[in-house]
Amino acid sequence: MIKYLFAKEKDIPGGTAAIFFSFSAIMWFIIGTGIGSFNAAKLAFPDWFTHLYALQFGHMRQVHVHAVIFGWITGAFAASAMYVVPQLGNTKLWSEKLGVWNCFLWNVGLALGLSTLWFGMTSGREYSDFIWPIDIYIALVMVLPLFINIFMSIVTRRTQGIYTTNWFFAGSFFMLIIVFLVGNAPEFFHLTGLNEAYMTWWFAHNVLGLLITPVAAAITYYIVPKVTGNPLYSHRVGHLHFWSIVVFYSTPAAHHLMSSPLPEWLKSFASVEGVLILVPAVAYVCNILLTMQGKWAMFVENVEIKYTITGVLLAIPLNMQGGFQQTRAINWYVHGTGWIVAHAHLALLGFSTFAEAAAVYYGIQTIARRKLYSLSLANFHFWMLLIGFSLYWVSMTIAGLIQGAGKIYEVPYMDIVIAEHPYMIVRWLGGTMVFLGNFVWLYNMYMTVKAGDKLPVGLQPQDVAYVR
Amino acid sequence: MGFREYRVGSILFGVALSGSMFVTVYMPGLDISGVSSTATALEKQLTYGKNSGFDYGDLFLHGTDKPIKVILKTDPVTGASIDDTAAYVFKPGTSFPSGLIHDHILGEKVQALSTSEGKVGQANQAAGGVFLVTSKVTNGVETPYIEFATATKGWGVDATLSAASETILAGAGKTMFVREGCWWCHTLLPEQTHDWQSFGRPPVLGDFNGESPTTFGSDRKAPDLLHVGSRNSSKEWMTLHFFNPRLVQPHSIMPRYDYLWGPKDKAGKAIDLAKWDEEFVAYRDGESVYPPDVPEYADDSEIRYLMDFVLNLK
Ligand code: HEM
Ligand code: HEM
Repeated sequence: MIKYLFAKEKDIPGGTAAIFFSFSAIMWFIIGTGIGSFNAAKLAFPDWFTHLYALQFGHMRQVHVHAVIFGWITGAFAASAMYVVPQLGNTKLWSEKLGVWNCFLWNVGLALGLSTLWFGMTSGREYSDFIWPIDIYIALVMVLPLFINIFMSIVTRRTQGIYTTNWFFAGSFFMLIIVFLVGNAPEFFHLTGLNEAYMTWWFAHNVLGLLITPVAAAITYYIVPKVTGNPLYSHRVGHLHFWSIVVFYSTPAAHHLMSSPLPEWLKSFASVEGVLILVPAVAYVCNILLTMQGKWAMFVENVEIKYTITGVLLAIPLNMQGGFQQTRAINWYVHGTGWIVAHAHLALLGFSTFAEAAAVYYGIQTIARRKLYSLSLANFHFWMLLIGFSLYWVSMTIAGLIQGAGKIYEVPYMDIVIAEHPYMIVRWLGGTMVFLGNFVWLYNMYMTVKAGDKLPVGLQPQDVAYVR
Repeated sequence: MGFREYRVGSILFGVALSGSMFVTVYMPGLDISGVSSTATALEKQLTYGKNSGFDYGDLFLHGTDKPIKVILKTDPVTGASIDDTAAYVFKPGTSFPSGLIHDHILGEKVQALSTSEGKVGQANQAAGGVFLVTSKVTNGVETPYIEFATATKGWGVDATLSAASETILAGAGKTMFVREGCWWCHTLLPEQTHDWQSFGRPPVLGDFNGESPTTFGSDRKAPDLLHVGSRNSSKEWMTLHFFNPRLVQPHSIMPRYDYLWGPKDKAGKAIDLAKWDEEFVAYRDGESVYPPDVPEYADDSEIRYLMDFVLNLK
């Protein structure tokens, strides 16, 4: 990497930045899920490993969340944008050098940010836990160069139209900068009270809604038509998806605060807008699944499609949960319980992680021009991820329902904790499967770059048979 | 960019995003900012000071730059006995909370009373001072306000501190609460449902003015703490529970906070956590009958701050 940081632009091979970002994302995924699994163990066995105080649950929880969101998810987004945008525009990345620097400074910033969190330096705001100097760094040094690079690559494309995927990439990275700068206003300007609480969730909601959901969808808009060879089912429905994300998904921030004393109109407004998120959600899922027409065999045979479509299928329960759980009738029962933790992992570890994994699998093969090293290892990784996730999701959902029931029947809290204990253990086992599976993935990707079969000129990975 | 549609699209995108931010940032901001503080909000601001998270005054979240809450039984100036009064002492230089520096935090009436009756306009951060939360009834409506007792009663910082019958370091304690992530499991927000029965009255809109960060939490894995000091005010129980929750509640999943005791106990003796742990394991496994003793914490230990914060949650 050091070599490329100081190389001339023309000496850096195309795709270098995307490869760096891919591997950095996988590394953060391993770190993030490792910490997640450690935290889960602490919640199941609190007297286990109590000697290193730096590893307290109260410090490590936010390290986990930020490692997976900004190291894994957003890193994988950057990796995919950096190879997908040039391929769709039949051009090169606007600046590979900027991309390599972007990746380098991304990792520096994230390592710094996570260390400060670990150390206990926090703003005390969920999802915007980073202290404000780090927030500014993320907005201006991590995301802004990414946006410029992607935006300029779209502007300098050599095709006529701009494909759906690229609207989302450009739009979302731009919105992420705005979300960071506006959402952290409480810290920059010392806003207090419910304004602060509300803006905290405005930030959290919009990172989920204006970055993670649309960009994960953008990836699937690319992978499915590209790999199956089918054209996207409907460009118009894609329009509907894009515009309804911008209009509906940016508004229901208050649905995270239904039990707090915010103004009633705000909560009702959020509740209604939240149901309207089903518009982009349904448009999106239908569009992708209809694109699969006639190619469903690939769901079984092709690794990238297997991951992508699993992610899309997981988006169905995800959005159904979301749409219902934020109505007042249901929210009071599930709010603050494991149900929401399960929903969050269905979103990030289910839907979005599967889409990103597909993009990283496909990206590394197309950039290195080598076929996937081992299909068996990829399948192994897939099942570790899927079974691990399912254990996590099912156990936390049950724990959440127990907690909800305990809440309304006024069961003494200690009895709820005791009832949840078995599910805490299952969650830990599931999470550990995900964590272990990721090592296999890293190995497989490394071997693909080193020893995968070379792709013949003019062929794409999906055109070549698997060898192992 | 090629097509005219893309220009139109970009403009529409800007309009949509700004429209959304107008409705979701500007309008709620305006509405929430118009809310008047309750007495709870005034007490919180004076107890917790400016900020309990990362701040210039406290980069590493050690709980510095915080006011001190004291309970007075005697008037610091005259020495005459008075009803128990909570006073909030800001040593010179301690950052003031937003409500004392900005005019739009407390709400119109509270601000007006704090200025006219409470004389808060005379307070300045460099000199510090002593504050009280008082209220006044006009036309049958009680309005709380902040009183700058240094101006109205002549109570000085040192006199008040030495007259204190009890010193509560809850401001520094809230910083511990934020830093140690207690709020990842314990909410500070009884919900407007059955929670009322177990955890007490839910907060109202004006209870939060000026507090930063609010950390009322979104995820509940443990009991709500907003009124915990009213349910359980036993320092002995809390001491055991913070050191190792399994001492008083064998099934608890709460982490140990024994490291907040710092290196030395109250008597100045070094605390040996490794040895304690060995003895605890022996007790847990049934090899000894009694658990090891929990050290008494020092007065300036971090656990003292946290304990004061928790017991102060009435
Ligand atoms: C129709 C779509 C959706 C709706 C209406 C919705 C609604 C909600 C609501 C109301 C909550 C908070 C519940 C509570 O705390 O009481 C929530 C939590 C969450 N949602 Fe969704 N959701 C939807 C889809 C998604 C998607 C697509 C993602 C991400 C890709 C996502 C990620 C999350 C996360 C991470 C949380 C946890 C927040 C926390 O830490 O408390 N959701 N969702
Ligand atoms: C090895 C797999 C994982 C394990 C064992 C794990 C475990 C955990 C644990 C124990 C928590 C704390 C939950 C609580 O406070 O009750 C948590 C929170 C969270 N994790 Fe994970 N996690 C894993 C993977 C992931 C991944 C891959 C993502 C995202 C891509 C993710 C995103 C989050 C988020 C957003 C939260 C906050 C949830 C909330 O506030 O509701 N996790 N995770």
